[in-house]
Amino acid sequence: MASANGAYDVDAIRRDFPILGETVYDRPLVYLDNGASAQKPRAVIDSLSRVYETEYANVHRGVHYMSQKATEAMEGAREKARAFINAEHAHEAIFVRGATEGINLVASSWGRANLEAGDEIVLSVMEHHSNIVPWQIVAEQAGAAIRVVPIDDDGVLDMDALESLVGPRTRMVAVTHVSNALGTVVPVEDVIRIAHRNGALVLLDGCQAVPHMAVDVRALDVDFYVYSGHKLYGPSGIGILYGKESLLKAMPPYQGGGEMIESVTFEKTTYAGLPFKFEAGTPHIAGAIGLGAAIDYVSAIGLDRIGAHESDILEYATARLGALNSVRLIGTAPEKAAIVSFNLEDVHPHDVGTILDREGVAVRTGHHCAQPVMDRFDVAATVRASFGLYNTRREVDALVDALGRVQEIFGR
Amino acid sequence: MIDLRSLYQDVILDHSRNPRNSGALELHSHEANGNNPLCGDKVRVYMQVGNGKIDDIRFEAKGCAISVASASMMTELIKGVEIGEARAAFARFHEIVTRKGDISDEELEALDKLAALIGVREFPMRIKCATLPWHAMTAALDGVDGDVTTE
Ligand SMILES: Cc1ncc(COP(=O)(O)O)c(C=O)c1O
Repeated sequence: MASANGAYDVDAIRRDFPILGETVYDRPLVYLDNGASAQKPRAVIDSLSRVYETEYANVHRGVHYMSQKATEAMEGAREKARAFINAEHAHEAIFVRGATEGINLVASSWGRANLEAGDEIVLSVMEHHSNIVPWQIVAEQAGAAIRVVPIDDDGVLDMDALESLVGPRTRMVAVTHVSNALGTVVPVEDVIRIAHRNGALVLLDGCQAVPHMAVDVRALDVDFYVYSGHKLYGPSGIGILYGKESLLKAMPPYQGGGEMIESVTFEKTTYAGLPFKFEAGTPHIAGAIGLGAAIDYVSAIGLDRIGAHESDILEYATARLGALNSVRLIGTAPEKAAIVSFNLEDVHPHDVGTILDREGVAVRTGHHCAQPVMDRFDVAATVRASFGLYNTRREVDALVDALGRVQEIFGR
Repeated sequence: MIDLRSLYQDVILDHSRNPRNSGALELHSHEANGNNPLCGDKVRVYMQVGNGKIDDIRFEAKGCAISVASASMMTELIKGVEIGEARAAFARFHEIVTRKGDISDEELEALDKLAALIGVREFPMRIKCATLPWHAMTAALDGVDGDVTTE
């Protein structure tokens, strides 16, 4: 496996990912859709088989050997998830299905207990639908209002607008750490400072941040932080909701069932403590352990080195795409993660996507579950290339060559 | 390798660049929207129907080459025809683009100009692009209020 020392050996890293050796339509796979979901290193794939082959049983309930092994492995993964974002306690890391469930959990549990008519929730215009709709649902129930922070033409969050929108009625500021559609890195330290000064809590959607940069929830002093395992080279169906202990303790359960109780009678049920209060039902045991393996994998390479490699790719891709007359880049913030959204003059993103696909280049086309940001730029959709730790400049060249094929087919 | 040219034939590119019967129809008896929520394609179909016949049809579309070309060809094909015939044309087209098996020469001929669109069979993600305008057309005939989606 690629080590943390010496030069960044992208070829060695690529060998850790079996799928990167696949061909599609007789061409090498050029996988540039990491923002939607990242591929898995051998270490993660192996960890899943290892669970089922050597240490599987239900967790937290059996007295028998296998149940203890599985419980230890799963709680070991929770400890890795704690350390990964430098949380204080492992029980502040709640296993959820992914970012979507994490946000729904907070909106539903915290929101129902705390929001009142006239309260305000502040979101940004570049949120993923999963950081919009749960808040709309709870706001409607509570009679609360949603305020939306705009962005400028480069896709930079308007901090002056944020300052003026956050006020005494603001209870929650929920924004993305990195925009999935534009790549913008949001200055979350400033967002948190402004929110806290006004007595509001902050939830950060870290889906597109954790694969690219080190995150320290204590240094940030953020109240809630969510991310999905599958974008971090881990399995799908598992993710983390971080919440400050004091907040999580005060929140009512999200779902009821097994595992989340201390005792149940028909007269009165008492709930388990953290983290189990929020983990009703049998969890995705292997998924949690696989997420732990993914965290180990990226940590061994080092997020600083991953970030440096990816900024090189981003810079190269931005320059090469920017040099094409027909390309309009969408999202040109000075601080960006390795995501490039663009459109071709006169060719719909959907057609671009089909042609790139036949050239072996996998990109995402569409609204990226972020329709408000599409509306902001007055487009229905974009083509998005999102890079990961294994992508190379050569793959950027393949993307540019494939765009040439689009011009060939659509050229007049 | 499946040739992209079978999907993006010249006829299709021509219809997508110069769509026929594009733009709102002021005087109309039927209209409906079709949306593909996956890719954001939108088409609005207007028809003036009298005595069971589609006297006029126009559309407005924001979408990919396939959906725009399909809308354009549809209007050419069903303008002036009986409602039943228009529905039958869609049924034939839909059955053939979603069929896994072979297509006979007679069937191809029956498709008329829509034959240019059957390349979508090799691109399963794009079949909905080709059928979207037709779904909107039938929704308008059925008097469905609001939007139909491909989902
Ligand atoms: C910024 C952002 N937030 C939330 C999500 C939702 O993640 P999931 O579908 O894994 O819950 C995504 C992924 O699509 C995302 O990119």
